Amino acid sequence: MSPPSGPEKRYLEALAAGRFEIQKCAACGKHVFYPRVLCPHCGSDRLGWVTPSGRGTVYSTTVVRRKSADGGDYNVCLVDLAEGVRMMSRVVSLPPDGVKIGMAVKARIAEGLVEFTPA
Amino acid sequence: MRGTVAIAGVGLAGCGEAPGWTEMEIAAAAAKSALDDAGLTARDVDGLVIASTNIFMSGLALAEHLGVRPKFTESTMVGGSSFVGHLIPAALALNAGLCDTILVAYGSNQRTGVGRGEAGKYKMALDPQPFEHPYKPFNPPTSYALAAARHMHQFGTTRAQLAEIAVAARRWAQLNPEAFAREPLTLDEVLKSRMISDPLTVRDCCLVTDGGGAYVLTRAERAKDFTKPPAYLLGAGTAHWHRQISQMPDLTVTAATESGQRAYEMAGLGPRDVDVVELYDAFTINTLLFLEDLGFCKKGEGGAFVSGGRIAPGGALPVNTNGGGLSCVHPGMYGIFLVIEAVRQLRGEAGERQVKDAAVALAHGNGGVLSSQITALLGTKDTL
Repeated sequence: MSPPSGPEKRYLEALAAGRFEIQKCAACGKHVFYPRVLCPHCGSDRLGWVTPSGRGTVYSTTVVRRKSADGGDYNVCLVDLAEGVRMMSRVVSLPPDGVKIGMAVKARIAEGLVEFTPA
Repeated sequence: MRGTVAIAGVGLAGCGEAPGWTEMEIAAAAAKSALDDAGLTARDVDGLVIASTNIFMSGLALAEHLGVRPKFTESTMVGGSSFVGHLIPAALALNAGLCDTILVAYGSNQRTGVGRGEAGKYKMALDPQPFEHPYKPFNPPTSYALAAARHMHQFGTTRAQLAEIAVAARRWAQLNPEAFAREPLTLDEVLKSRMISDPLTVRDCCLVTDGGGAYVLTRAERAKDFTKPPAYLLGAGTAHWHRQISQMPDLTVTAATESGQRAYEMAGLGPRDVDVVELYDAFTINTLLFLEDLGFCKKGEGGAFVSGGRIAPGGALPVNTNGGGLSCVHPGMYGIFLVIEAVRQLRGEAGERQVKDAAVALAHGNGGVLSSQITALLGTKDTL
């Protein structure tokens, strides 16, 4: 319990400071997302932090329907990062139904969240 | 475990709308119905099982409400699959001699009670899920929509094929006087209904009802003495690989591949031996995925398999014969209704929707967002 906080807080603090960082296991070499105490692949607790390339591919996507008075429809998707981890996110800068499975995307930080734009 | 325990009674209460009733009152009314069905009273119960999305320490609450002092209490909560899953620890407890008569009960007033939106806000505050909730998935539909979209992309599955599943469920419901949604439903109506989270429309999504159910489990040798024919537990298996949809390894393959295999192995049976299939259809995509993952068709062929009314009344494979979560009842956790309908079919009590000579029934529970998968095989005495 030597670090000052758990990995979730560490991740969110980095993000709030404008840095998107994910974990990488020093024992098995695999990347890990979301942040954890133990590597879900090998069980090691030797998880360090790295900056991912930010490149990813849309694995699946949906348009959540919402009344226009409440802000209208929006995208929710799953993105596979080049590092081999998957995350929930959204692709912006195009209509929500324009997001397609297999689309190449690039990460950015907006409003304290990781979101994606077409690469 | 095969054949060592049996369900001696089943019952429903408050299905559809039960305004003015609390969750625990609905569970207790369902318990009474199941105990009556078995020819027992609450005084005979020495093991209690329940799961609830809202009630803290629900096992204690149920025992207190019924005036039961149980020797065995079990409240594993793995979402809607829980009440199929409860068969496993309940069977272990009975076989170990910890108790003799186990009551499994469930009640929910999610349609007419405290609004889901309100309850959802409190839950989100206690369990923030910071890697999904900030993107505002409209869950559970959004998670299942992501699975459906991926299946369509990978295998060419169509919205019309998903709609076939909703129509089949409705046609079964029309044969079930206890089903909540019985008005006619066409393929076209499903396709044109309001989109919730693409590609799932409101008719691809389960009902939101009140309701409760219960069953009574005893050792097999004792079950023979009850008035109605027992339904024997032939096999059961459980598996889960993720909780949140973003952590599901492949959105087209569920852990039902493992839970089903475990249940089939214990029972010494395969999909060809199953006469009636009860699958947890919170969404149309569920039925399709579970038909594939439980071996009724190959991976990717679920869309073609359900086409042409194959799983509807009169089709080759009877699936969700009560009308399912899509058209019969879905009070938030549907699992107990799978078991109850399987038992009724095995007893030949299902009226107009009765599957002729049903001897082996499969009940498959799903919990979370395609997360917990639990399969049970039940059979008549001829299958022992």
